[in-house]
Amino acid sequence: MEKRDLISITDFSKADYLRIMELAAEFEANPNQELLKNKVVATLFFEPSTRTRLSFETAINRLSGRIIGFSDSSSSSVVKGETLHDTIRMVSNYADMIVMRHPLEGSARYASEVASIPVINAGDGANQHPSQTLLDMYSIKKTQGSLDNINIFMVGDLKYGRTVHSLLMAMSEFENPIFNFIAPPELAMPDEYKRFLKSKNIRYFEHTQFTDIISEADIIYMTRVQKERFTDPIEYEKVKNVYILKKKMLKNTKPTMKILHPLPRVNEIHPDVDASPHAYYFTQALNGVFTREAIISHIMGVK
Amino acid sequence: MDNRALQVSAIKEGTVIDHIPAERLFDVINILGLFNSLEMITFGTNLDSKQLGKKGIIKVANRFFQGEEIDKIALIAPHAKLNIIKDYEVIEKRVVETPSEIVSIVKCFNPKCITNHEKIKTRFSVVSNKPIELKCRYCEKITYENQIEIV
Repeated sequence: MEKRDLISITDFSKADYLRIMELAAEFEANPNQELLKNKVVATLFFEPSTRTRLSFETAINRLSGRIIGFSDSSSSSVVKGETLHDTIRMVSNYADMIVMRHPLEGSARYASEVASIPVINAGDGANQHPSQTLLDMYSIKKTQGSLDNINIFMVGDLKYGRTVHSLLMAMSEFENPIFNFIAPPELAMPDEYKRFLKSKNIRYFEHTQFTDIISEADIIYMTRVQKERFTDPIEYEKVKNVYILKKKMLKNTKPTMKILHPLPRVNEIHPDVDASPHAYYFTQALNGVFTREAIISHIMGVK
Repeated sequence: MDNRALQVSAIKEGTVIDHIPAERLFDVINILGLFNSLEMITFGTNLDSKQLGKKGIIKVANRFFQGEEIDKIALIAPHAKLNIIKDYEVIEKRVVETPSEIVSIVKCFNPKCITNHEKIKTRFSVVSNKPIELKCRYCEKITYENQIEIV
């Protein structure tokens, strides 16, 4: 059987997405299953990402797998000048699967070509982070009951934010999505994604003001506006406080509306929102463990 | 064109590559490895062209370009035309066509792409022909026509 990898969200079909949702629900009901007994999973973090690594390692532990790896390339042979190619070849001999994060874009795709074992991309620079997208989808499915007919408001940095791009691609596979983009012109959704939506006859609306239009939302997906994205610091100063979600803005929203955020947040969601029934971002992070158990089992063909 | 130009350009057998954007002339020479050729080659650049403004032209004796060579020409001179010459006559005119995949010819424009850090054959799918847009198999970023750099 040909090995499977998960490098980009578009490597998965709609059937795969639905299977992951189903498996994640199973793991949520019964998180500890000995499906990876006697298997070794390599978690290769060439750049640190504590949140993602702990989530994956928790998932592997709950599946009774064993873990080898590193959490930062300064403790690996990379500092001696070893190429990614050689690291991956070597690890392929030891482990049954690789979960990797790397600062260079395309590194995960390349690793999947070099490796004889399955590779899961846990983030390659600003490119892809598919397990984040799948856990976002699981959070939507869980809170809205379906992935069809969802009105998603994406807020903040829509230009560089890889999570919003991947979520847009994946949700476009489902029935009748509506997208609303709220961003400063400097950080607007790139044309290639708008062209993609047009080609699929999917409705989208663009806004620069964060107003009560959010009353139509099923999901508000918040992202960070990052200072380093701006070439002109004055432009950043102008927009940095425009896109802050506060409790008082939630008055007219749908009772079922949920707020998602890939975390970490800085100031874009005011702490007074945390106690609101709309706040879902911490539960979303927990959903990540079940979703990653689902992804690993699916890729390894043990479920 | 005056008579003196015609004298230089006549070839008995070979290929004339016409309608090359003037600024791409030397790229075409490089990519086809013509600097190593022992055949008679003449080229001209900054010639007037209705279509391109200024164009370049290359005439190579005894060479008939095939598959991958034509792909390479298509990439940097998408409007190029190949005139195949036999016995001083043009026996065939070919318009180049951009292939659907480009392997190890072009450099990815993205400095953070893995292909610019390790020895990896670049691979692009051609997402648009005119103007050319190449999507990197690895970093998934688009290299646009004006960013194309030959490896």
